[in-house]
Amino acid sequence: MSNDAQPLGERYIAVQESEEFGDLRRTFRGFVFPVTAFFLAWYFLYVLLSIFASDFMGTKVFGNINIGVIMGLGQFVTTFAITIIYVRWAAKSFDPKAEALADSITAIDTPEVKD
Amino acid sequence: MSTLAAATSTGSPTLNITIFVVFVVATLAIVIKVAGGKKTASQMYTGGAAFSGRQNGLAIAGDYLSAASFLGIAGAIALQGYDGFLYSIGFLVAWLVALLLVAELFRNTGRFTLADVLSYRLKQRPMRIATASSVLAVSFFYLLAQMAGAGGLVSLLLGVDGAMAQNIVIAVVGIVMVAYVMIGGMKGTTWVQMIKAVLLIFAVAVMTIMVLAQFGMNLSSVMQGAVDKNPAAGESLLEPGLKYGKSLTTQIDFISLSLALVLGTAGLPHVLQRFYTVPTSKQARKSVEWAIWLIGGFYLLTLVIGYGAGALVGPDVINAAPGKANAAAPLLAYELGGSVLLGVVSGIAFATILAVVAGLTITASASFAHDLYNQVFKNGTATQEEEVKVSRYAIIGTGAVAIFGGMLAKDQNIAFLVALAFAVAASANLPTILYSLFWKRFNTRGALWSMYGGLGSALVLIAFSPVVSGSETAMIPGADFAIFPLANPGLISIPMGFFLGWLGSVTSKEFNRAKYAEMEVRSLTGHGVAESVDH
Repeated sequence: MSNDAQPLGERYIAVQESEEFGDLRRTFRGFVFPVTAFFLAWYFLYVLLSIFASDFMGTKVFGNINIGVIMGLGQFVTTFAITIIYVRWAAKSFDPKAEALADSITAIDTPEVKD
Repeated sequence: MSTLAAATSTGSPTLNITIFVVFVVATLAIVIKVAGGKKTASQMYTGGAAFSGRQNGLAIAGDYLSAASFLGIAGAIALQGYDGFLYSIGFLVAWLVALLLVAELFRNTGRFTLADVLSYRLKQRPMRIATASSVLAVSFFYLLAQMAGAGGLVSLLLGVDGAMAQNIVIAVVGIVMVAYVMIGGMKGTTWVQMIKAVLLIFAVAVMTIMVLAQFGMNLSSVMQGAVDKNPAAGESLLEPGLKYGKSLTTQIDFISLSLALVLGTAGLPHVLQRFYTVPTSKQARKSVEWAIWLIGGFYLLTLVIGYGAGALVGPDVINAAPGKANAAAPLLAYELGGSVLLGVVSGIAFATILAVVAGLTITASASFAHDLYNQVFKNGTATQEEEVKVSRYAIIGTGAVAIFGGMLAKDQNIAFLVALAFAVAASANLPTILYSLFWKRFNTRGALWSMYGGLGSALVLIAFSPVVSGSETAMIPGADFAIFPLANPGLISIPMGFFLGWLGSVTSKEFNRAKYAEMEVRSLTGHGVAESVDH
């Protein structure tokens, strides 16, 4: 990657320690960490119920469709829903901040390159 | 029963071969047209990072929906009912790890290989060697499984039985794959994967509608049909437990497998490599978004296909066919649309293996040429031409290994190869990737410990598991040194990878402040990505 790490490195440290970057990192982690915890917990709840409570999962709700099938399809629904929500959230709440910051770094960069 | 079984093994091998040859010739022509000629390293490994998110999402689906997930899951649902379905859910949910935690940051911090990301703020040489070891190991196991699967499909689809014929088919698959990759690089391979994904999803959608039409468009009736046709399993086909509920060991084994599936996908090198084929992190996000829709939709269809095969073909015929569970989907195709639909499905099954194997080969050769040859042996001084030349040798080498390995492994229980690939990816690669992207304190010792520790514990546990010895279906059936009871090592080796990564880091003082800042700023803002693409 870049070889002139010294002066460039100083500038990256300055950006990393800036208020804006801290805000960007908090925004990102504040979304992805809880959502990851949620979908992993929901997935393993489903796996554990399937493995250790198969009678409960076999309870029929309508026709041959039982709780297990509904919860399994529920995993598809939550996966699709999280995808939609994340993509919308990222476009609205994350991308503008990330782009603004990326532009400001480029602005710092440009005069240095001429040196 | 005998007519169906006979139809599959001898019915129309000429038609099957013809459809397969047409596919190979057509895709080769496309590959030559879109991507022929001399290549830079970037074109070779990433198709010049010029694909759109939608194209890449389609290619990811083509890469991910391997023969195992198409033929394997449909067959598992047909014979084991709900437990087969359970399996497909892990394969899908895993993509959320890639979407939320890995894809975008990974795209922003690397360019050609997994080692680009992992060595970013750590010591280059040891990290490149460690990462290349893991990448080559995972690719090797996955490649063997695919090639062995190709051999197994032959007796089923082409009606040729016997070791020699299977060897010939394995060699043909290997040679065609090398041709795709040599001529087309990543661009050509991506096109093959996209075409294959469209054909596969279209064929499966048509089959699903045909199955549902026979049951009044009602999933519940399809399931009833499967229950009626399988008196031995009966109602238990509809609930979990038929396969994995036998004993506490099988139950815990399934938890271990679930963990490896959900955490392994985002650590599979050939999946990660696909994120480099798009120009920006936004396009990487879009890739995964598309991949989730396509893969999720496909697995919903396999639920119908699986129970449909159970209902319309039945377990007796499936078990009597060569290839057993893997025969369920092709047999259903024959039942629904005669030898033409069977030929189409067979051709697509072969195309699937070609597309997956080509993706693996690019990843392995990129890792060899970029990480081991250029960065380690040449200290980064090799020219682009030299690196591309070495990557071409590596492609031929990978092809040779795949062909001979596939010939040797063709009679083996291949499920463990796939389980091993996922377990190593989840135990060695994922902890290192996540720590690297999210944990400030992470350093070279931690990375090496999690990489080698995850890789080593997965390999050792598999070696002492029932898949290698001590059971009827084991690799070495005569011996018994299976002191580890689980078939999948994930439950132990994944926490081990994470733990060792933590332990190694906290016991080492190394910390590159400037590189850490550079990596984190780039990973979140995407700063610098456009420049590196232009090079």
